[in-house]
Amino acid sequence: MVRTADPTNLSTYEPILLRHVGVPEARTLEGYRARGGYKAAEKALTQMSADDVIDEVKRANLRGRGGAGFPAGVKWSFLPKDRTVTYLCVNADESEPPTFSNRVLMENDPHALIEGTIIAGYATRATTAYIYMRGEFWEQFHIVQKAIDEAYAAGILGKDIFGSGYGLNVYIHRGGGAYVCGEETGLIESIEGKRGWPRIKPPFPAIEGLFRKPTVVNNVETLCNVPHIIERGADWFLGIGPEGSSGPKLFCISGPVKKPGCYEWAMDISLRELIEDPRFGGGMRDGKKVKAVFPGGISMGVVTGDELDMKMNFTDPAKFGLLGLGTAAAVVVDDSIDIRTVIRNVARFFSHESCGQCTQCREGTSWMFKMTDRLAGNLGRREDLDLLAEVSGNMGMMPGMSICGLSDGAAFAIKTVIKKFRSELEECIARENPEAVKIALEVVN
Amino acid sequence: MSWKVIDRNAAPDKAEAPVLTDALVEKIRVFLPRYETKRAALLPALHVVQDHFGYVSWQAMQELAELLEINASDVFDVVTFYTYFWTHPRGEKVVTVCRSTACAFMGADSVLDECKKVLGIGEHETTADGKFSLQTEECLATCDHAPCLYVNERCHKHVKPEDVRRIIEDPNNAKLDIERSTLFDGVKGA
Ligand SMILES: Cc1cc2nc3c(=O)[nH]c(=O)nc-3n(C[C@H](O)[C@H](O)[C@H](O)COP(=O)(O)O)c2cc1C
Ligand code: SF4
Ligand code: FES
Repeated sequence: MVRTADPTNLSTYEPILLRHVGVPEARTLEGYRARGGYKAAEKALTQMSADDVIDEVKRANLRGRGGAGFPAGVKWSFLPKDRTVTYLCVNADESEPPTFSNRVLMENDPHALIEGTIIAGYATRATTAYIYMRGEFWEQFHIVQKAIDEAYAAGILGKDIFGSGYGLNVYIHRGGGAYVCGEETGLIESIEGKRGWPRIKPPFPAIEGLFRKPTVVNNVETLCNVPHIIERGADWFLGIGPEGSSGPKLFCISGPVKKPGCYEWAMDISLRELIEDPRFGGGMRDGKKVKAVFPGGISMGVVTGDELDMKMNFTDPAKFGLLGLGTAAAVVVDDSIDIRTVIRNVARFFSHESCGQCTQCREGTSWMFKMTDRLAGNLGRREDLDLLAEVSGNMGMMPGMSICGLSDGAAFAIKTVIKKFRSELEECIARENPEAVKIALEVVN
Repeated sequence: MSWKVIDRNAAPDKAEAPVLTDALVEKIRVFLPRYETKRAALLPALHVVQDHFGYVSWQAMQELAELLEINASDVFDVVTFYTYFWTHPRGEKVVTVCRSTACAFMGADSVLDECKKVLGIGEHETTADGKFSLQTEECLATCDHAPCLYVNERCHKHVKPEDVRRIIEDPNNAKLDIERSTLFDGVKGA
């Protein structure tokens, strides 16, 4: 089996995470087991110690797929040695526009998620795992719940799994339409039955998380990688993709491309390939041109149509002024779309989703929305661009001003648009009715 | 959803008798052993209540508070934080248009305009006959199907403005042929 993706020969990559897409039988326990499912979990629980599992995952350098890219094995090893209760939370909140890879995984391979959860639970000595699923995942809830029910009935969940003495309960906890609950401590608060206000860190969840107990939060895609690492070993995993960005990865592509969807590859493809290659996006529709792309979810920021050679890995995005790889979900803006409506749309998202605890995030995001709203309404002023740059430059965890990363996302989304599309924005403003400038001042201030 | 100011004294949800029937309370109790605290069962409880009534009334919040041994204000606090929960009655079917990036770039605005025209209501309003409410939401994680229009739980994919009338008039527009877990029955009419 060829495992190393060769971008010049796109036929060589066999899907691993998406291998059950279009195989409806694999959704059932029987079908999943018939395809080798739960072998990895059985191996981990009966032949390996918890520390062996952590070491293997650490050695594979499995970096979190939820956005931050923190190595999963390292996170697991932060748990205090003398703990008695540990919780595992699976982050299936998936609310970052335009990300849908966790949805595709849960719809097509619910047992793979359960298997990953069992192995991670065993490694972290958790006896309860909560899958935090966004409230709007209705179909997905029923699919995953059915898989859980099947697993319980077969003794794969509950007490003494595979005769190993290890037991795990898995519950789905449904959210209520709040992006900030995807942030790990917001998620924890939400499971506790509170509003999803992120907590100040430290203490990090590994020390004090859910119900004040040591807790690990991992993304769905991260956990779906774990069974393969256990089954085939860390070296296999390290052999896929470039150094520092190893393993299979899901990429989402949406917007005016011919084949929007979720695709799997190693992290050695470029954004251009993701958009244009017939195996992925298949190129732009109706002869449209790429004006801009948000390549990692909107929080990571924007690249222009001239920056499509960016590699979709953990290191390259920073070279293009982005916050990171994020969720590796790209949305394309074509040349017929006014950049002002784009920045307004993005600003609205963050002002709507800010939880309101931190002043610069609460006020800053709504201020940015007001400014971009009037910009899009032909009432923009030149100074607004400087003001937007200033406001977005002064928010976020990175300048040390907020509790969670939502405001960093807001900052990067806005400031990269201002920086990279400044001339277009200035042209739009110049084109407008000069009288509008006066009206704007009255309306907004 | 909390965008409307409601006069609680005139609110139609003032009830003399409890609104949470024994059956509903039983459904909620199923969730209690899952968590270390009773309070943690609040979100599942709210889902159960909203699935049943279509919204979470003030009366229901007070009864939930009692059941979970927390303050009613705590329940109110949570209900109003999460945009998923409605604090006032909504239409039998909720039409939701995604307004985030992928859908917006693929024409969600004109889909929304068409919905307003066909239903004769604005965003966050309910038709006089109580059949439909209209709302917009941020990304619903179905961006590959953009622009998306949901009728209750059902996602209509790649919707064009000219499809809207047909979708809204279709009596089966919210029907989802899926196997359901009994934990949550789902939105009425789904
Ligand atoms: C505002 C905000 C929203 C987030 N939303 C999600 C989400 O929907 N899903 C997710 O897996 N991680 C999300 N994250 C990242 C989580 O905080 C956390 O890093 C991640 O779940 C850890 O899992 P991983 O290490 O497996 O990636 C979000 C972070 C922030 C700051
Ligand atoms: S940064 Fe924003 S979203 Fe995060 S805790 Fe502060 S106010 Fe809430
Ligand atoms: S942007 Fe509409 S579903 Fe994601």
